[in-house]
Amino acid sequence: MKEFLQTVIAYRYETAAMILFGIGFINLLLQKNLLRKVMAFNVMDSSVFLFLAAQGYIEGRIAPIIVNNDLSATTYINPIPSGLVLTGIVVSVSVSAFFLALILRLYKKYHTIEFDEIMTLAKKEAE
Amino acid sequence: MGKKFLSKFENWLNGEEMPLRERHVRSLHRKKHVQAEPLPEDVRINRFIHLYHVSAVLVAVCLVGVLLYTVFHLPLFGSPNNPASNEVAQRYIEQGLAETGAVNAVAGMILDYRAFDTFGESNVLFLAICSVIVLLLRDQNNIVVEEDVQEKHEREIEKANEDIILKRIAFLIVPCILLFGMYVVLNGHLSPGGGFSGGSIMGGGLILFAASYGAARVKLFFNMRTFRTITTTALLCYALSKAYSFFTGANGLESHIPLGTPGAILSAGLILILDICVGFVVACTMYGFYAFISRGEL
Amino acid sequence: MFECLLLLSLILCAIFALTQKRLLMVAIIYMAYSLVMTVIWAMLQSPDLAITEAAVGAGVTGILFFVTLKKIHALKGTKDE
Repeated sequence: MKEFLQTVIAYRYETAAMILFGIGFINLLLQKNLLRKVMAFNVMDSSVFLFLAAQGYIEGRIAPIIVNNDLSATTYINPIPSGLVLTGIVVSVSVSAFFLALILRLYKKYHTIEFDEIMTLAKKEAE
Repeated sequence: MGKKFLSKFENWLNGEEMPLRERHVRSLHRKKHVQAEPLPEDVRINRFIHLYHVSAVLVAVCLVGVLLYTVFHLPLFGSPNNPASNEVAQRYIEQGLAETGAVNAVAGMILDYRAFDTFGESNVLFLAICSVIVLLLRDQNNIVVEEDVQEKHEREIEKANEDIILKRIAFLIVPCILLFGMYVVLNGHLSPGGGFSGGSIMGGGLILFAASYGAARVKLFFNMRTFRTITTTALLCYALSKAYSFFTGANGLESHIPLGTPGAILSAGLILILDICVGFVVACTMYGFYAFISRGEL
Repeated sequence: MFECLLLLSLILCAIFALTQKRLLMVAIIYMAYSLVMTVIWAMLQSPDLAITEAAVGAGVTGILFFVTLKKIHALKGTKDE
């Protein structure tokens, strides 16, 4: 048991990222309100970024901004995952904004944002 | 044969239902006579919802279990012998300053070595704001009467109770926010920040100004035409600069853009121009999201 | 140790954000989640990510959620959702 706890603490960032992914995924599937689904999607996104950026961290080194003309690669962390996550954060906000625009259009048509009510109304319309 | 297929494909593209084939229609009629009375609608839906909840929880728990098991077998967190830090990262740091002229290694990487990915990302932003415009624009061709009435009502309420605290504070803060955003954009290659962060900060400042002083004031200097000009010019500028770099690099030619002294603002070659372009696109996009969702027009 | 506390508060924010009854609380707790994420990025020695997450997560996405809530009439005085 103690060994398990030590492993979890050694891999703290990745474990937290996976737990957050699970929380976001369950809520995405089970919540009925569309806005909560969008929020769960955002939480899933953030967890993946946390996992990625944790792969670039190296103990005892500083941020990749070159100081004191020190050009050796052993003073700085790995800059590549940081660049990937930067792209990802901006894509995440774009997708969230698009989701919110879709929710607004659905509200204008059906005057509700609960998922099952929208499905029943849409079925009635199709008949 | 080919013409029939093409006409069916065109019908499907335009959203019409595919007509059932003759044999299918006859077999459906036959099945209706033979089948017993189907279960009532409510019971079937309840069963489906119950099954859906149980299987959703099962799938999620299994997925998280597998992921956690994999995580414990990854290379140790924070160790210098990570397979992720290989010779690519070494090259970016050791020769980044000499080849790109940027002190900020991350900015030098995403705007010089991997500038094509950043171009793709600016395109994603542009695509998102175009989709939001398609969904939410309200002009002469798409009018919804009840919404117009409601909006007029809200504008009257706004004019009647003006929020003095918000206006005074915004009057003091918005210039500082815009200035700080421009500082972060222009110093992208020297310190943390860059095009995306600075653009988001500027967008946030514009949103505060629009929320506190009303839409009419913002339309004086930021309307649909400005938005279109700025975003398309910035993206084109980015594409042309990077095309020049690709051309000279792929053919082994010397690109005559001076790298300057590291640490000065006018250094790092094209990174400053690319930062400014990206900053403009991001700022316009963030403000555009807010304007279209809250008002339906820019 | 401090990192473990931050990660735990991240998980708690995520759990609370998605089990609230009022939608307004969901948006506010999401902004707190974003703030804790910013501090974690700073502790992972990535200042670019910290600035971007602060501006985008708590700033723009939070504002968009509030404006959407207003448009779907879920913010009527003290009675919402």
